[in-house]
Amino acid sequence: MGIQVEYYLIVSTIMLFAGIYGFLTRRNLLAMLISVELILNSADINFAVFNRYLFPDKLEGFFFTLFSIGISAAETAVAIAIIINIYRNIQNIQVKDIDKMKH
Amino acid sequence: MDITFQQVVFWVLAVIISVFSVMTVVSSRILRSATYLIFVLFGTAGLYFLLNYSFLGAVQLMIYAGGIVVLYVFSILLTSSESRKPDKLLKKKMFAALVASLAGLGLCLFVTLKHTFLPSRFQEGELPVKEIGHALLGMDKYQFLLPFEAISILLLACIIGGILIARKR
Repeated sequence: MGIQVEYYLIVSTIMLFAGIYGFLTRRNLLAMLISVELILNSADINFAVFNRYLFPDKLEGFFFTLFSIGISAAETAVAIAIIINIYRNIQNIQVKDIDKMKH
Repeated sequence: MDITFQQVVFWVLAVIISVFSVMTVVSSRILRSATYLIFVLFGTAGLYFLLNYSFLGAVQLMIYAGGIVVLYVFSILLTSSESRKPDKLLKKKMFAALVASLAGLGLCLFVTLKHTFLPSRFQEGELPVKEIGHALLGMDKYQFLLPFEAISILLLACIIGGILIARKR
């Protein structure tokens, strides 16, 4: 009797909703990006677990996780470049101060 | 009922991941929340090792903990101004977000625990790296050369985009 699939899914669900809570409440762009990182990471755990437990002779989930890690690295790099550019323009990265394109 | 080594490792990792992912989003200092994020990512790599996906765990450690978090820490140190206090959100909005997350968590856990999954076919033993390499660079069905090439184009585009956006004018 090993570890059930559901146990992994509970852990990743807790991580997902912690990320969603952070995304809704934080007002700093970098903190919001960290929350997004938590959400992506929980999805990666799900892919790997489903692959290992339910279809161990295939490799789809494994490669989805691999590519997802690569894509989230790329996304983080571009987002941080944008944030640093915003900081250079308005000396601040709080969400409430970024309203130039709002109207 | 005997407790195996795997179960002990799993429960330790589960507690680490849950506690630190909540602490990541509730701590008010952003540098601290980046530090807690490292612990969450280490715990996730531990889960991959536990699933016998050592390659995936190593990739997670190298890219996330080695690359992304360093990038976060540098940009936090570049952009943080200590004189400003972090402005508090309204209590009402905070409460609404908390209720929404807890309701979503409850709903998802309910659905997950109600659902009966396919029978588990977990098998011990490491996934051989040779198999991973053949699947990553093969062109047949269930092989992944096209996404591999697509992601290399994506990374090139990201490099160019990052330089273009962040350069000094």
